[in-house]
Amino acid sequence: MAARALLSRRTLASVLRNDAKPLRVGFAAAAAATHSRRGLHVYTLPDLDYDYGALEPVISGEIMQLHHQKHHQTYITNYNKALEQLQSSIAKPDSSAVVKLQSAIKFNGGGHINHSIFWKNLAPAREGGGEPPKGSLGWAIDTHFGSFEALIQKVNAEGAALQGSGWVWLGLDKELKRLVVETTPNQDPLVTKGPNLVPLLGIDVWEHAYYLQYKNVRPDYLKNIWKVINWKYASEVYEKESS
Amino acid sequence: MNLLLPSTASSSSSLSPSALFPCYSHGFSSSSFKFSKKESRCTRKAKRTEITAKFELKPPPYPLNALEPIMSQETLEYHWGKHHRTYVDNLNRQIDGTDLDGNSLEDTVVISYNKGDILPAFNNAAQAWNHDFFWESMKPGGGGKPSGDLLKLIERDFGSFEKFLDEFKTAASTQFGSGWAWLAYKESRLDVGNAVNPLRSDEDNKLVVVKTPNAVNPLVWNYYHPLLTIDIWEHAYFIDFQNGCRNYISVFMDKLVSWEAVSLRLEQAKARIMEREEEAERKRREEEEKPTISKATPELWTQNE
Repeated sequence: MAARALLSRRTLASVLRNDAKPLRVGFAAAAAATHSRRGLHVYTLPDLDYDYGALEPVISGEIMQLHHQKHHQTYITNYNKALEQLQSSIAKPDSSAVVKLQSAIKFNGGGHINHSIFWKNLAPAREGGGEPPKGSLGWAIDTHFGSFEALIQKVNAEGAALQGSGWVWLGLDKELKRLVVETTPNQDPLVTKGPNLVPLLGIDVWEHAYYLQYKNVRPDYLKNIWKVINWKYASEVYEKESS
Repeated sequence: MNLLLPSTASSSSSLSPSALFPCYSHGFSSSSFKFSKKESRCTRKAKRTEITAKFELKPPPYPLNALEPIMSQETLEYHWGKHHRTYVDNLNRQIDGTDLDGNSLEDTVVISYNKGDILPAFNNAAQAWNHDFFWESMKPGGGGKPSGDLLKLIERDFGSFEKFLDEFKTAASTQFGSGWAWLAYKESRLDVGNAVNPLRSDEDNKLVVVKTPNAVNPLVWNYYHPLLTIDIWEHAYFIDFQNGCRNYISVFMDKLVSWEAVSLRLEQAKARIMEREEEAERKRREEEEKPTISKATPELWTQNE
């Protein structure tokens, strides 16, 4: 508990300073301490590997801070609540309560999963953000989509056409061993589109991801985001999952 | 596609579902319910001379700064001036020269919904209609409490105005993504072609709170008459409230709702229901008066076989 209290104070202080430097040391300590008394894992907000302002001008610091500290945090808070209720509903046992919780778990758990991947998918340009993938993922993209540019075009088109809130993905189908572009509505994670799908890259097309900067012009957000995509991360996942 | 089915908001639950769902999730005239159509407008291409009817973007029934400080002029400039306009423009482009051209906006919504197997024009048609309806659901200095018939029905069907407020806010704030929350007047009907409830009465019609994802609205379900809506797409509140969706919903109910508009819509819904019934009754009587032809036809057909 002491570690959590320390983390809270440090997080608060960094929020007040409005810079929120990565808290990797504090986070590691907190992660170890995040089990409730009943042994239920309590999820906490993962740190970013870069500062909120580091993706500017593609994504503003204000958007990044709100998106990470408010939106992602809310998914985590509600995911933890739902899991706690699930545990007590199972213990009771109350089957209808268990079933009723599924939608909240999918939404909030999905929100946590998707955003955790999204932060990894981004990197400041000076740290390699936007550099096209090399190696096996680069080859695979050429094979499945014709070219890197063709992939970008496909993702942009599908992301722009998505009605309402959701995500557009580049995923690996582990069974068919091929790359796919998929969209999911709301906070549905990619795995809801198929149990063999592994997300390599997910782009958040909820309005909260871009509205303060791009307003109604989602295609511009999609066009620009490629300048800060971290292909190193996508390549690592691809190599691990396709071997 | 169970997302497209009506989901009645449940407010009674020991689990308090609303706690688990973050929500991210307009003067008025009776003739303004339907989109007005321009009588004629030349198409852009100079070569073409045929005249096509187009839906036009109708402005909110108040100036764009009239809802400040709750809903800013900037929000209205984007929400009406960009989002709403894009839906209308795209719709006009999509239906130009197709079978859908020439219908009222309301009919376009229902036809393009196509019983859940939606046609491409549905999202734009429904969003164009939804936004008109949304602008007219608000007014400067709105909020407070309804009166008269509407209040009586709210109290009858929800228990009290406060309970209605709770249910409406819960529905709005438990939306999983983009969408709308509605108060609607639900006609009591058997949705079966040849069945009639012999003891139907006005008392059977109920006020209900429903929420719909993305562009869907209650028009697409038979016998739902929308009375009030709140837009819970993030673009409706992000500039003014950021992630404060619950706050937006509360303030909307406290300060923006035009209960006059809602009351008027209720009266219109009742009138429409009565018209439909009279029409159905008239048809039934006509059928009864000429029973011989329909019996004779199958016999003739059998003989020809």
